[in-house]
Amino acid sequence: MQIDLRTVTIKPIRQTFTHIADRIGPDKAASRYQEATLNVQADANFHYRPTWDPDHEIFDASRSALVMKDWYAFKDPRQYYYATYTIARARMQETAEADFEFIERRGLADTFNSAAAQKALDLLVPLRHVAWGSNMNNSSICAYGYGTSFTAPCIFQAMDQLGIAQYLTRVGLLFGDAGTLDDAKQAWTTGAEWQELRRYVEDTLVLQDPVELFVAQNLVLDGLLFPLVYEKFDAALTAEAGPTVSMLLRFQADWFAETSRWVDATIKTAAGESAANAALLSGWVAAWRDRAVTALSPVMDMALGADAPAALADVVSAFDARAAKCGLAI
Amino acid sequence: MSTVFIAFQTNETSRGIVEAIEDDNPNAVVSEMPALVKVDVPDSMTIRRSTVEEKLGRRFDLQEMHVHLITLSGHIDESDDEFNLSWKQ
Repeated sequence: MQIDLRTVTIKPIRQTFTHIADRIGPDKAASRYQEATLNVQADANFHYRPTWDPDHEIFDASRSALVMKDWYAFKDPRQYYYATYTIARARMQETAEADFEFIERRGLADTFNSAAAQKALDLLVPLRHVAWGSNMNNSSICAYGYGTSFTAPCIFQAMDQLGIAQYLTRVGLLFGDAGTLDDAKQAWTTGAEWQELRRYVEDTLVLQDPVELFVAQNLVLDGLLFPLVYEKFDAALTAEAGPTVSMLLRFQADWFAETSRWVDATIKTAAGESAANAALLSGWVAAWRDRAVTALSPVMDMALGADAPAALADVVSAFDARAAKCGLAI
Repeated sequence: MSTVFIAFQTNETSRGIVEAIEDDNPNAVVSEMPALVKVDVPDSMTIRRSTVEEKLGRRFDLQEMHVHLITLSGHIDESDDEFNLSWKQ
């Protein structure tokens, strides 16, 4: 008896779910990112309006002044959904843990110049309250924003900021002790140099428009704070006392470079939609940028001393160039 | 005219690689087979790291491609940024 082996190609009747096929066409296999994102936002059968906000449906695009014909025009260039996000962060976390272990095992924190360590603690540890503010803000954007491709990355961003707050806390505990955290909180609530920044963070906590909040937090505040702290201050501290602290800030530096791609893509899409959107976003960016500069100057004066104004001017001009590249006029 | 081809296992990563090949090589012909996807291009084929990275949304080392590679034909000329297949000597 002879058996012939042959390959039979069975063409699947459907390549993907109907609500995904509505967007990418029926003949194309969808990526996991597309399946986890496209048309996932609930948009019908809401029945009653929420008692806490009777002017809007529970999920309502009109909570923002930004008008999008299609909120799924936003794309995350990193294509994050649960799996890709957790895998990427697990890798970064492994590196960060190894860095902390390296410093701890060799006792590098104890031999670090104590004046420089104090300077680092004075700046870095209160920033965990700023990171917590961003956690709240991004949770809020996710809750009140519209369209999964816009809101889902915000909850990732919120988790990341919680992680950043924890890394800053660990730097505090490594170079100081539990009292360091109390001192930092004291500085955050009463220290003169922190009050403008605290005002900025607390004012964003009560912003109602999710897209304005996105601009104020993820584009403007992070866009100025991260280069100032994790590039300018980091470089100054490394020049003064060596790269020990710099190693412990790697997560934040890598994270900012990565998330900026997503923030830029989001702003670019929103501004490219219409001239009215571009004008609206430009107005928000200009207003929040000026506030952020006011908020960050006293903090950077404390951290960088006489070099602060030049560093700030440098970072602001780089930020303006970044905003212009996203299609904003400020 | 001779054709070069490359074949990958069907998975999430090779989906991005194949999309990148289609973008960079307008004459590419993609055939889907069970568990395998084969791409034919007349004369020569270029796979660019930058395009693959854009499709996958993450950093990509072209050597990573070999994990998903089943077979190919043509002379290989590769650098960190490009992987070329052609019959040119």
